[in-house]
Amino acid sequence: MQLFLEIGKYSRLLYEAIRSATEFKTYRKNLFSEMVKTGTDSLGIVSVAGFFTGAVLTIQTSYQFTSALIPKSTIGAITSQSMIIELAAVISGLVLSGRVGARIATELGNMRVSEQIDALESMGFNSVTFLVIPRVVAGILTFPIIYIAAAISGITGGVLAGIMTGSVTVHEFMEGARMFFFPWDVAFGIIKSFVFGFVITSISCYQGYFASGGAEGVGHATTRATVLSCIYVLLSSFLLAAILL
Amino acid sequence: MIEIKNLKKSFGDNLVWENVNLTIEDGTTLAIVGKSGCGKSVLLKHLNALLYPDEGEVLIKGRNVFQLSYVDLRIVRQKFGVLFQGAALFDSISAFENIAFPLRYFTSKTEKEIRSRVMDCLEMVNLSNIGNKGTSELSGGMRKRVGLARAIVLEPEYLLYDEPTSGLDPETSDEINDLIIHMTKNLSITSVVISHDMHSVLRVAEHVVFLDEQKLSWQGSIDELRVADHKRLKEFTKASEYQI
Ligand SMILES: Nc1ncnc2c1ncn2[C@@H]1O[C@H](COP(=O)(O)OP(=O)(O)OP(=O)(O)O)[C@@H](O)[C@H]1O
Ligand SMILES: [Mg+2]
Repeated sequence: MQLFLEIGKYSRLLYEAIRSATEFKTYRKNLFSEMVKTGTDSLGIVSVAGFFTGAVLTIQTSYQFTSALIPKSTIGAITSQSMIIELAAVISGLVLSGRVGARIATELGNMRVSEQIDALESMGFNSVTFLVIPRVVAGILTFPIIYIAAAISGITGGVLAGIMTGSVTVHEFMEGARMFFFPWDVAFGIIKSFVFGFVITSISCYQGYFASGGAEGVGHATTRATVLSCIYVLLSSFLLAAILL
Repeated sequence: MIEIKNLKKSFGDNLVWENVNLTIEDGTTLAIVGKSGCGKSVLLKHLNALLYPDEGEVLIKGRNVFQLSYVDLRIVRQKFGVLFQGAALFDSISAFENIAFPLRYFTSKTEKEIRSRVMDCLEMVNLSNIGNKGTSELSGGMRKRVGLARAIVLEPEYLLYDEPTSGLDPETSDEINDLIIHMTKNLSITSVVISHDMHSVLRVAEHVVFLDEQKLSWQGSIDELRVADHKRLKEFTKASEYQI
C-alpha cells in the first residue's frame, strides 16, 4: 500500500516536471550549472573506477584462459566488449548513485526543510520546473559522456595491465577489441546510460523534494536516494538487457 | 479582503486546528499569537496555498485559493510577500542575489534598475552594506532582514511575516515594527504577522487572533485585547509581558 502511494507521488512529480518542461527560460541557467556539476562530480572518479575494472578484467581473463589454443587477442575482445556492453555503464551508474544521487538528495532535502522550496513557490515559481527538471535533464544528457569516458579508461586500463603483466601485447589486445567491436554495443551502452541518468536523478530528486523532519530527515532522504538508485540501476540494467539484447 | 472559512488542518492523526473563521480587511494588520506548536505557521501557509486544508476555504478577493488552477494560483501567490520563520534564504546565492532573484525572473528591469531597487529594499531593513555577503556569513537577525527585503522587493499587496522580530535586538525590532507600520499605512499593504512578542503586537496590529486548544480561541481588536476576559489569553499575554 505504502509502495503504491510512493509510486503515485513519484509519478505525479515526474508528470508535473514533464508538463512544465516548456518553461525553458526558468531552468536554462540551472541546467547548465547542473551539467557542469554532474560532469565534474563524476568524470574523475568514474575514470578511475573504469580504469581499474578494465585492468582487473584483463588480468583475470588471461589467468582463466591459459590454453595455447585460444589466441591472446581474445583477452582484448572480452575486456573491451564487457566494458562497452555492461561494465562501463553499470559501474558509472553505481558510482554516480552515491556521488550525484547523494548530492541531489541533500541539496533538495535541505531546501525543503529550510523552507526554500516554499519560498520559491510563494514567489510564484513552479519549484518542480526550477529544481527537478534541470537536475534530471542534466543527468540524462551528461551520463552518456560519462559512460564513454568510463569505457575508454576501462580499455586503457586493460591494455596497460596486459603490458605490465606481459600477458597480452597492445597489438593483440587491439586486434581482439576491433574484431568484436559492434556499433550496436556502443548504442546499447549509451541507451543504458540515458536510462541510468534518468533513474538516478529522478529518484534522488524525489527523495530530496519530499524530505521532511529537519536535518535527520535530510540524512534519511540521502541514504534512501543512494540505496534506491543503486537497486534501480541494477534492475533497469537487467530489464534493458532482457529487452534489447 | 482575505476570508478564511471553516478551515481545518491535520497531519495524519494529528489535528492542528479546526473551525477557523476569520476576515482580514484590506489595508489592516492582523497579528496571530499563540503558544509554540499551536499551528500559527501552518495557518499562514494556507493563505497562499503552500499547504492545503482538510476542509474549508480561503477566499482572496472572493476566489477560493484552493480551487485555483496552478497557473492562476501562481499569479495570486505573486501578490504575496512572505517572510518565513527561518528566513528561507537561498543558500547557493549571495544576500544581494536573494533579493534580486524575483526581480530577475518576474520583471524586465535592467541590471541598473535591479541594483537600485535592491539597494532601496536593503536600506529599508537597515542593511545597506551587506550586499555581496554569502548567506552563511549573516547572523540570524541579518538573515531575517534580508528575508524581509526579499519579501517586499516586488511590492506585494499582502505581506505575511512569520516572527519578524524574533532573535533581533530591541532597537532593530522597533525598526522592523516601524517598517511594518509604514508598509501598511503608506503603501496600504494588508499584513498578517505571527509574533511571540506582545510589545510588537500592540504596536503594529489592529486585530489579534489567539490560536489555542486546536481552535481560534479568541479574536478582536487591540483595544478589546487589553480588556479581554479570557483566562488562557490573559495568561499568555501576561507571560510575554514578563519577558520584557
Ligand atoms: N509538514 C508537517 N508535517 C507534519 N506535521 C507538521 C508539519 N508542519 C507542522 N506540523 C505540525 O503542526 C503543528 C503546528 O506547527 P506550526 O509550525 O504551525 O507551529 P507554530 O505555531 O508556528 O510554532 P512556533 O511558534 O514554534 O513556530 C506542530 O505540531 C507541528 O509538529
Ligand atoms: Mg512557526
